[in-house]
Amino acid sequence: MNLSLKTYLNKNTHAAPLAVFRIAFGIMMCFGMLRFWYYGWIETLYIQPKFHFSYYGFEWVKPLGNYTYLLFVICSLSALFIALGLKYRIAIITFFLSFTYIELMDKTTYLNHYYFISLLSFLMIFLPANAHFSVDNIFRKKSFEHIPKWTIDSVKLLLGVVYFYAGLAKINSDWLFRAQPLKIWLPSKYDLPLIGDTLMHENWFHFVMSWCGMLYDLAIPFLLLYRKTRLFAFVMVVFFHVFTRVLFPIGMFPFIMIVSTLIFFDHGLHKKIIHRIKRVLNTLSFQTNVRSLIKEKENYQYQFKKPVTLLLAIFFFIQIVNPFRYVLYPGELFWTEEGYRFSWRVMLMEKMGISTFKIVNSETGAFFYVDNKDFLTPFQEKQMSFQPDFILEYAHYLGDHFSTQGHENVQVFVESYVALNGRLSMPFIDKSVDLYAQKESFKPKFWILPFKDDIKGL
Amino acid sequence: MKQFFLGLVALGLIVACSSSSSSDDGPTGNDNFDRGALLVNIADNIIVPAFEDLQAKLTALDVARGNFVNDMNQTNLDALSNAWLDAYKVWQYVEMFNIGKAETIGGSDKGFVSFFNIYPLTEDDVENGAANGNYDLDHSNYHDAQGFPALDFLIHGVADADIAPIEKFTTNINKDGYVDYLTDIVAQMQTLNNSFIDDWSNGYRTTFVSSTENTATSSVNKIVNDFINYYERGLRANKIGTPAGNFSNMPLPEKVEAFYRKDVSKELALDALKAVQDFFNGKAYNTSATGESYKSYLIALDRSDLATIINSKFDTAREKIQDLDNNFYDQINTDNTKMTQAYDALQSVVVSLKVDMVQAFDIRIDFQDNDGD
Repeated sequence: MNLSLKTYLNKNTHAAPLAVFRIAFGIMMCFGMLRFWYYGWIETLYIQPKFHFSYYGFEWVKPLGNYTYLLFVICSLSALFIALGLKYRIAIITFFLSFTYIELMDKTTYLNHYYFISLLSFLMIFLPANAHFSVDNIFRKKSFEHIPKWTIDSVKLLLGVVYFYAGLAKINSDWLFRAQPLKIWLPSKYDLPLIGDTLMHENWFHFVMSWCGMLYDLAIPFLLLYRKTRLFAFVMVVFFHVFTRVLFPIGMFPFIMIVSTLIFFDHGLHKKIIHRIKRVLNTLSFQTNVRSLIKEKENYQYQFKKPVTLLLAIFFFIQIVNPFRYVLYPGELFWTEEGYRFSWRVMLMEKMGISTFKIVNSETGAFFYVDNKDFLTPFQEKQMSFQPDFILEYAHYLGDHFSTQGHENVQVFVESYVALNGRLSMPFIDKSVDLYAQKESFKPKFWILPFKDDIKGL
Repeated sequence: MKQFFLGLVALGLIVACSSSSSSDDGPTGNDNFDRGALLVNIADNIIVPAFEDLQAKLTALDVARGNFVNDMNQTNLDALSNAWLDAYKVWQYVEMFNIGKAETIGGSDKGFVSFFNIYPLTEDDVENGAANGNYDLDHSNYHDAQGFPALDFLIHGVADADIAPIEKFTTNINKDGYVDYLTDIVAQMQTLNNSFIDDWSNGYRTTFVSSTENTATSSVNKIVNDFINYYERGLRANKIGTPAGNFSNMPLPEKVEAFYRKDVSKELALDALKAVQDFFNGKAYNTSATGESYKSYLIALDRSDLATIINSKFDTAREKIQDLDNNFYDQINTDNTKMTQAYDALQSVVVSLKVDMVQAFDIRIDFQDNDGD
């Protein structure tokens, strides 16, 4: 076992796939950050809100006012540097830190695919993605043809984990036997050409989509791994992601996944891609006889191989175990959402809520209701209304706000109703619990009322 | 491995097919709902007739105003008061339709409501306007000094240093100013409402009924948003919640609708609730006929359970309001608990509309743009 692990870690493979992956990643990230800016989302999501929802333990990460734009500049530039392979190590570390900082500023915007980007960029810090076809090659006057095989495999593993866990999460009775939430989402796409009024409202279609989605997610990593099924799998990847992009507002994510899965292909394809890029560069007369300057070396050698492989082993162990942390909590996961995030539960439920906060003077019993619009953006209010950790944090914000305004003996109660996957809305939070007196922690939140139904599955 | 997955795929298809065919026996969730028919019903049988009726009532109001100005006596003022109430009652059927030209005026998301029903009134603006003739009803400073609340004050309120409402127009030193103000307000309401009717008959109706897609700017989505927004703010908060002190440290009885007339706040609230429920059920404005509606849409989505719940919650809210004094101002001062109970019953409908119904329709009610997962 130990020996085979050792021989595996010593195996080498062509460097081209990782180089192409690096270029594509850098370009897409740079584009993604600029797109975010172009749509005005820096303003609406990070600058306009009076209040930001923080991740537990990361309350110190806040938007930086107008400097938030600078943060996006840094992040986009570092992505560009990654694509060029220019000062790669510094660039990828800068990207990881700036991107992750941006994501930690407000959890209202949490998306699984942002988390994926953070993880991937962390992983890439430790990969020799600039070993081949990079500007760094010119400066260092050397380029490598081969890199350790496990480096490329680690990217494949991370992609595989994302898909496979997304598939596992779909193995639940709502998804498979009630075709929820697709039964809600698909009929509302009635205005799509051709399929809008023919398929989208059909009961059987909801079930076929649900089952195919689950099977797709579970099977695709394996289909991509085997040479014989790879092309078919890639066609599926393109079809699936384009289709979901048509149906749902999921931004860049489909394209990121489509391009990322190219890494499963053999080096031949990537060499062709690099060759194409070189030809374009040549016609743009970037050719400054660099080839003669660069020494082509055979194998890339890690300087700190042991610590790096150990670190990544721990990293992947966490990735594999973490999505199951929900078993430590009582109650229905979809209802309490304790252990829901960071687990590749993607587009898994349709959940909406309404949460009305009541500020009470504990001495006199006098109370009034809060208009959430006075404090939250519509998007924040929507996200807050059905997620207990948001509700608690907002309750504390309100408590502090009204205490500093001179209100005395402030207690904060919430009347909250939530509808999950087409069930009738039900009371969500115990309205007799003063949330201002509750502290955030990883412990189960006893003030979440039990879910009065049963969702079976993982 | 491959065989395992082939097996899994086959199993999946079998289960998928069998579950779909088995549910074919029961009620199907087929949503071939005709949103075009929904919009046609809303436009032709509800919105336009309500606007037209309001126009008729405003014309009658203007006639009553003319009669009073020509012969200022209490009988004519009472007739004006009745005409005002008739129009105000119809307004309750119109206020939720903040769409088309109506939503483009006023410079805020309140749209045309800014010119018709912002209360409480700023009395000083009316009194100063009458005193010096310096006022601009198109300016946002005067949104809370015109429309039905301003008429309420002019007809039923007592100006500074006066004893009876009618003295504004007969003995007050600014009596001519008050007459002008009264005339200008009624003219403003008529002109605006005419322009909405023109808008509906000159093209907007066609735009409205053809915009059936599911986007932020489509009629289907906008009218759902307008409906819920009106119910939540115009009805639940403004008529009951705010005066009952649900959003403040203490009750604010002077914030009731029709504060100066006093005895009609319940009548107006009940009309508003009826308007909302009729709209939900697709009942025509002028007749008892019903057409496609949110109710029939829910039934088409296999959610008749929800449609029933919403109607029964509306009924409960109506009972709670019927329990109140005709004059909410008195009700708040004598027994505010009943007001807050009515508020709770109204709030309970908000939950069903804003959470359950919107989820069933899968319509976004916040239009803040962002990516999903």
